[in-house]
Amino acid sequence: MSLKIITKRCKGCGICATFCPKQVLAVSEIEKIEVVNEEACINCGQCEMRCPDYAIFVEK
Amino acid sequence: MSYAELTEKYFRPGRLPHIWCPGCGHGITTGAIIKAIDGLGLDKNDVAVVSGIGCSSRASGYLDFNTVHSAHGRALPVATGVKLANPELNVIVCTGDGDCTAIGGNHLIHAARRNINVTVVLFNNNIYGMTGGQYSPMTPTGSKASTAPYRTIEQPFNITDLVQAAGATFVARGTTFHTAQLVDLIKKGIQHDGFSFIEVVSACPTSFGRANKCGSPGDMMKWQRDHAVMKLAWDKMDAEKQAEAKAAGKFPIGVLFETNAIKEYTKAYDEVIAIAQGGKK
Amino acid sequence: MSRILLLQGNQAVVEGAIAAGCRFFGGYPITPSTEVAELLAEKLPQVGGKFIQMEDEIASIGACIGASLAGKKAMTATSGPGFSLKQELLGLACASEIPLVLVNVQRVGPSTGQPTSPSQGDVMQARWGTHGDHWIIALAPTTVPECFTLTQRAYELSEKYRVPVIMLMDEVVGHMRERIDLPDSYEDIAQPMRKQPTCAPEEFKAYATDESLVPAMPAFGSGYRWHVTGLVHDETGFPKGTGAATVAQTDRQYHKIYDNLEDIVEVEEYKLDDAEFAIIAFGGAARTAYDAIDAARAEGLKVGMLRCITVWPFPEQQVKTLASKVQGIMVHELNRGQYVTEVERVVAGVCPVTLFGKYDNEPATPEEMLAEIKKAMGK
Repeated sequence: MSLKIITKRCKGCGICATFCPKQVLAVSEIEKIEVVNEEACINCGQCEMRCPDYAIFVEK
Repeated sequence: MSYAELTEKYFRPGRLPHIWCPGCGHGITTGAIIKAIDGLGLDKNDVAVVSGIGCSSRASGYLDFNTVHSAHGRALPVATGVKLANPELNVIVCTGDGDCTAIGGNHLIHAARRNINVTVVLFNNNIYGMTGGQYSPMTPTGSKASTAPYRTIEQPFNITDLVQAAGATFVARGTTFHTAQLVDLIKKGIQHDGFSFIEVVSACPTSFGRANKCGSPGDMMKWQRDHAVMKLAWDKMDAEKQAEAKAAGKFPIGVLFETNAIKEYTKAYDEVIAIAQGGKK
Repeated sequence: MSRILLLQGNQAVVEGAIAAGCRFFGGYPITPSTEVAELLAEKLPQVGGKFIQMEDEIASIGACIGASLAGKKAMTATSGPGFSLKQELLGLACASEIPLVLVNVQRVGPSTGQPTSPSQGDVMQARWGTHGDHWIIALAPTTVPECFTLTQRAYELSEKYRVPVIMLMDEVVGHMRERIDLPDSYEDIAQPMRKQPTCAPEEFKAYATDESLVPAMPAFGSGYRWHVTGLVHDETGFPKGTGAATVAQTDRQYHKIYDNLEDIVEVEEYKLDDAEFAIIAFGGAARTAYDAIDAARAEGLKVGMLRCITVWPFPEQQVKTLASKVQGIMVHELNRGQYVTEVERVVAGVCPVTLFGKYDNEPATPEEMLAEIKKAMGK
């Protein structure tokens, strides 16, 4: 299991970070999402479900 | 199939990233449409997506179906022609609040009245986004917009009531926050044999959000979470409670109306053909 | 075997449409075109076709665009005010190259005008009504039998060149009754077909063309999935924002029509062989000219007519040749002078061009036209 980020599609809206229950994600200085605490990820899929840009997926 | 695989399957190669602004709800709605289509097992060749003009209407160009990006407000007449000419096609209309309820408003009520089997997904972000944030017929009273610098004085449509009154036989409302429900509503709309209408409460952080100090895209989705009330719960409220809820900006989501009592238009027309070919008038 | 009937022009248009394989009509009532809708409401379901009365004129042509995309030959019909409304989606049909036939039975305008006296006041609107550079075909029948044959021709051209074709009628032709011989059955009439792709669906580029410059057009549901847009697009059919894309689209759409004028442009020459003076007319207005010319000839005046059956594209070569042969040209049209400007442009001073414009709700009589001919000829 891991988070797959398609950086080219990410617009840095931060929705995924807002709804991540474990603060795994954060918007970087260049307004792209990045994983800051992968160990905390519980594979809930909130980020994938809420991303309007098809830029983050939970891979099993 | 995973969501990643679905996007590979249903988006045209090389068309992403889409043009929508950071945090725009339209990507979520478009994602819900492909999940619904996949869930129903429809063949891509048997689906037509017709859109008008505006932010929402760019959805058609991304999707790997038979697609039309028509003219402003005119998606429903074009969709009506496609459906009547080939009733085997599943016809889905992607439209926005300006496209559908202003310039296309007359087409909307007449398509509903005919009960033709097309599924309208109204991407409602309460604003004309593509032209830079002018107020629409769905902008809440008192909102700011580029053409309402002192706030809007007009009443927005209750669009679900309007299409129901016009004769729609499946009427639903969802939000971009309640994604699983949204997929289900779109699925039900496509399956419904008649005119189906799904209002999707979406967010425009760039134009509506900034002008009205709605916070971040995440905050706008939280607003949806906090103001949408499931239809079952809404129906349990008495009139006074509902009025209070409405005053607080709350609204029901779910299937709001459904009937199978009215004959679908293309099927009714098949009967016309049978009569005409029988030589009777 | 054939049937001898007494039909209105509008009725003959319907027969021509059915014969050509039209199986979809989207319309809205407006005089003097309504008979087209009424009759197709009856006839289309008899042949398995579909008729729908839409909520307005824009929706009517919108439905035709949808039906055409789904593979049907489609028709809409209207008159003046409705023609103005249809211009919006006529532009989409031009931009995305969607075949359809639009019947405009002209009446006096602008606005509500004089319902429903004859006019040819929409002739320039037929050419330039929708916004932006675009190329279109307009045909003008003069007799009821020609309403039948030209409607079939309209479908042939529309399907072949993937362009909307306007049947530029007028109230004279639309409502006049004449004898017409129609075949008992239309089954043997060859029906125009649009070009279909020869490649596999996954290799299909919606607006890629061969030397004909006309892209193939598979129907929605055929397995070829493509995108239709009124935005400037490249050969893939997807929007392209570059200047080069605009030039490529505009030029190809121009050339697909204007490189084929020999195929598209049709005129009738009436007693032009020895003519010293020529009338240029089209549609219902041309009817007056036959008698006026015969009367002029009875008085020893060598007059003839060039009748523009194809009104647009303008019969430029034919008019140029005519101008080099005659001493003068008189344009007769039912308006205050529109088509004459195009004739003047092409004649470019080679011979004098005068106008006999009629805009008093009535077509001209042969006597009136004879007087105008004599005036123009200085007799």
